[in-house]
Amino acid sequence: MPVAIDIAKVARLARIGLTMEELAHYGEQLQGILEHAALVQALPTAGVAPTAHPLPMVNSFRADVIEPTLDREEVLSQAPDREGPYFRVPPFLED
Amino acid sequence: MDPADLTIGEAGARLRSGDLTAVDLLAAVRRRASMTEAILHAYLTIDHDGARAAAAAADAALAQGQDLGPLHGIPIALKDNMVTRGIETTCSSRILAGYRPPYDATVVERLKAGGAVIFGKTNLDEFAMGSSTENSAYGPTRNPWDPDRVPGGSSGGSAAAVAVGSALAALGSDTGGSIRQPGSLTGTVGMKPTYGLVSRYGLIAFASSLDQIGPITRTVGDSVTVFEAIAGHDPSDATSYRGGVPEVRSTLEAGVQGLRIGVVGELSGEGTAPDVAANFRATLDALAGAGATIKELSLPSTAYALSAYYLIAPAECSANLARFDGVRYGPRLPGRNVEESMAATRRDGFGPEVTRRILLGTYALSAGYYDAFYGQAQKVRTLVIDDFRRAYSEVDVLVTPTSPTTAFAVGEKANDPLAMYLSDICTIPSNLSGDPAISVPSGLDSDGLPIGFQVLAPALGEAIMFRVARAVEQLSGFTARPALANSAGAA
Amino acid sequence: MTWEAVIGIETHVELSTQSKMFCGCPTDFGAEPNTNVCPVCLGLPGALPVPNETAIRWTIALGLALGSTIAPHSVFHRKNYFYADLPKNYQISQFDLPLCSGGHLEVDPGTGVRRVGITRVHLEEDTGKSTHLGGGGRIHDSAATLLDFNRSGIPLMEVVTDPDIRTPDEARAYAHELREVVLSLGISDARLEEGSMRFDANVSLRRTGTTALGTKVEVKNMNSLRSVQRALAYEIERQTKLLDSGVSIAQETRHWDEEAGLTRPGRSKEESSDYRYFAEPDLLPLATSPETIAALRRELPELPAARRARYVAMGIEEAAARTLVAGPLVDLFEAAVEAGAAPRSTANWVTGEIAAHLNRTDGDPAALALDAAGLAQLVGMVEAGKLSSTAAKEVLEGVLAGEGSPEHVAAGRDLLQVSDESAIAGLVAKVLAEHPGEVARVAAGEEKLIGFLVGQVMRAGGGKADPKVVDRLVRAQTHQ
Repeated sequence: MPVAIDIAKVARLARIGLTMEELAHYGEQLQGILEHAALVQALPTAGVAPTAHPLPMVNSFRADVIEPTLDREEVLSQAPDREGPYFRVPPFLED
Repeated sequence: MDPADLTIGEAGARLRSGDLTAVDLLAAVRRRASMTEAILHAYLTIDHDGARAAAAAADAALAQGQDLGPLHGIPIALKDNMVTRGIETTCSSRILAGYRPPYDATVVERLKAGGAVIFGKTNLDEFAMGSSTENSAYGPTRNPWDPDRVPGGSSGGSAAAVAVGSALAALGSDTGGSIRQPGSLTGTVGMKPTYGLVSRYGLIAFASSLDQIGPITRTVGDSVTVFEAIAGHDPSDATSYRGGVPEVRSTLEAGVQGLRIGVVGELSGEGTAPDVAANFRATLDALAGAGATIKELSLPSTAYALSAYYLIAPAECSANLARFDGVRYGPRLPGRNVEESMAATRRDGFGPEVTRRILLGTYALSAGYYDAFYGQAQKVRTLVIDDFRRAYSEVDVLVTPTSPTTAFAVGEKANDPLAMYLSDICTIPSNLSGDPAISVPSGLDSDGLPIGFQVLAPALGEAIMFRVARAVEQLSGFTARPALANSAGAA
Repeated sequence: MTWEAVIGIETHVELSTQSKMFCGCPTDFGAEPNTNVCPVCLGLPGALPVPNETAIRWTIALGLALGSTIAPHSVFHRKNYFYADLPKNYQISQFDLPLCSGGHLEVDPGTGVRRVGITRVHLEEDTGKSTHLGGGGRIHDSAATLLDFNRSGIPLMEVVTDPDIRTPDEARAYAHELREVVLSLGISDARLEEGSMRFDANVSLRRTGTTALGTKVEVKNMNSLRSVQRALAYEIERQTKLLDSGVSIAQETRHWDEEAGLTRPGRSKEESSDYRYFAEPDLLPLATSPETIAALRRELPELPAARRARYVAMGIEEAAARTLVAGPLVDLFEAAVEAGAAPRSTANWVTGEIAAHLNRTDGDPAALALDAAGLAQLVGMVEAGKLSSTAAKEVLEGVLAGEGSPEHVAAGRDLLQVSDESAIAGLVAKVLAEHPGEVARVAAGEEKLIGFLVGQVMRAGGGKADPKVVDRLVRAQTHQ
């Protein structure tokens, strides 16, 4: 059962700037993998609840207390671009 | 014996009796690494200075009567998807080239608190996605048993290092079999704990509901030691199990007399290499001979486990890897605006397998497709869990060959993603269920390549899992070492 | 053909917890950039979120205050989109299993009570802050952007109304009342100018009398209650003009420009966002028991609506009650009444002279030299006739200036009024005797001369006689 994929849209959603050739290449591969993955649709799952977690636990919280923060210089030392105490990036297109 | 070939237990005894110092032990491991790395490329980073300081500190502490536990002074390798403060951590990806984390993973803190000597960071399939370590952006790791073959993946570097003796133990991570399968292909013991027993804080996430950190060691006994050192509740991980850690030592040597062992029909037949199948049956016979009852079971949903996994894992990873955008860390490619810069950085930084999975996951979650793909896969997961629960009401453990084949050649499956995915068919179900599983070396095939035997247990059933694994270890009598270790050790 | 506006409001409230929603970083406003940060709120590789229990309790408390149903099983979801101030490029939020559903808030814009339905209240995390360089601070024409992640991860509560609001006045009244409820719960400082409470609105028009919804426009950047009103008024007019000329409304997001007094279209995205929601695998579900809900309900303070009703029952007018409850002096008022002061008079003093003083001096209510006991004393002195209302104002000034208690100030400034009847009776008799002509005319029916005679007595008494007693005695003595 062929699955039609708008690969360009998927790449945009995933913010990966693929070229046309790359899009075609991945699109084809995805098609194949998806057909295999789509086998899950053959299993009858009426009335079956989805499992998001293997653990049957609930309510894992922390108390509202302050913990140590990171050293700003150590953090900013990893930034590709910084200006004073800020991370610096190219201008935004969208708001 | 060359100290690099000692088990943790043996090394620990010698450290405490004064026969060996931690500094000497580290030197032995370093020598082994220097003799094998050119061929194996198991390591991405070796922290010579840090390890030397830690070994010296370990010796000083022991001299003052301060004993931090079984890992005190033991050289350990870490898969490079666990953050280590100040030490480059890359996930074998270009998108994290040069990244030095400002914090340690919880497991790293626990190892250090136990006096372990962190020797270095090992190679992996990029972002833990793969079954051969060929997806590393920094070159593949080779199998010490045959350098033309893969060590398995994604924790191939950790497995190769332990197999050859350039670490006494290593940590790997397992999302679909990434500890167990390389264990199987390198003749080492690879163990995946019950989901939630080992903290994921500081493990760079691939698939959050499937990932677990676990030990790769040469023996089952060492696996227990490392497991005990790293397991336990962590308040920094909300998915961390709040009950206690299962006690496993008291029954470790109890043998399999009277135990019920289940064989999963769907996971032991078609596609399994003949030598692997034969070894599997021989191991079953040995277990039966030792007093276990073998029962054939059917777990129908496991036939769909692979498909469900290849929807759930990519979906979660597509979101987990969204943070790699060149804004706060890692290399950045320029753009006219930040959106372009992110898109270019990600295109350049991610390898093909990672890109494939991000695209697949994004698609599986997208509007209109969620119910059919991701939603459906989460329901299949429930069916898999139900099948396992039903099985464990009839048997104590389940067993399968860890991998349908032994180590394959470098390049053999690299161009066929689907074929690669099939190597995980026996390991994936326990990631979906969250139950523990372990791979134990059980023999060699006709090419002299290691075969792994997998034991699966119910959630929190580490005690029975280790117990059966220990029995397999004893029954198989597997003591072989790869030629590369032997020649390096003899040198 | 008339158009009816259909308005829904989404409010984001930053909770004033000590620490962030998913990590232990401090939440103080105005800290040095990128100092309140850790691996979790920076989205560093390997970091994991752990939810703040207080933030969850406070969200449930607001739900209870709004009459919502609290979900026994609630889940966090990942909302996936790329944005440079969103460190993980997904926001941990809630999707189809929010903490609170349903409820309502009654608001009165002055034209009658309107019941605004609440769709849901949920919990999520805030993003970092971006500062655009060049381009006048806006995105358009900016050269680069600076990022500060101090705000990233602060707990954010989102309150969504049903599209029940019909006018800008109602919208403003809703925003105001919600803010009061939030303040009374003590869960946020709700400072619009600091961004700890933010409003977005969805506005559409339809023909009056129809039920189908028109194309809705999202309006953002309304940073004050006044902006909410102005922006919606503008947008309704804009849409009206378009529809009247037969032009259809584009579904878009528009930003309010307070200075220019208009809404502008935002940068349009290529396609509407597909957030690909899925349950957050790093977090466990929230199970809230009936016992927890009952305990939180018991801990709820008196809400503004109930407080206003209580004041009205004391005899205070609705408008005065509204002003009191909304103002910073309500606790002073309550305490004074508790100390025995008559409610109506006390309310008048608080909303009148004392409020005016605060405004004039730009003062801090907590630092007033007048306390509840003093206010009660002042009100009591007026009620007992010891002070005329004019004298009382002077006394208040003295107290607020720090001269001491009302009694002390009144005595010191010689403002105490004489109410002793026998003393005044003598004075009245004396003055009446000096004005026989006027007395005769009063007796003959010219009642208005009573005022003149009262004035004469007041002058003779140096202004200290209680005018009520004087009036009574003048009348009594002239009608003898």
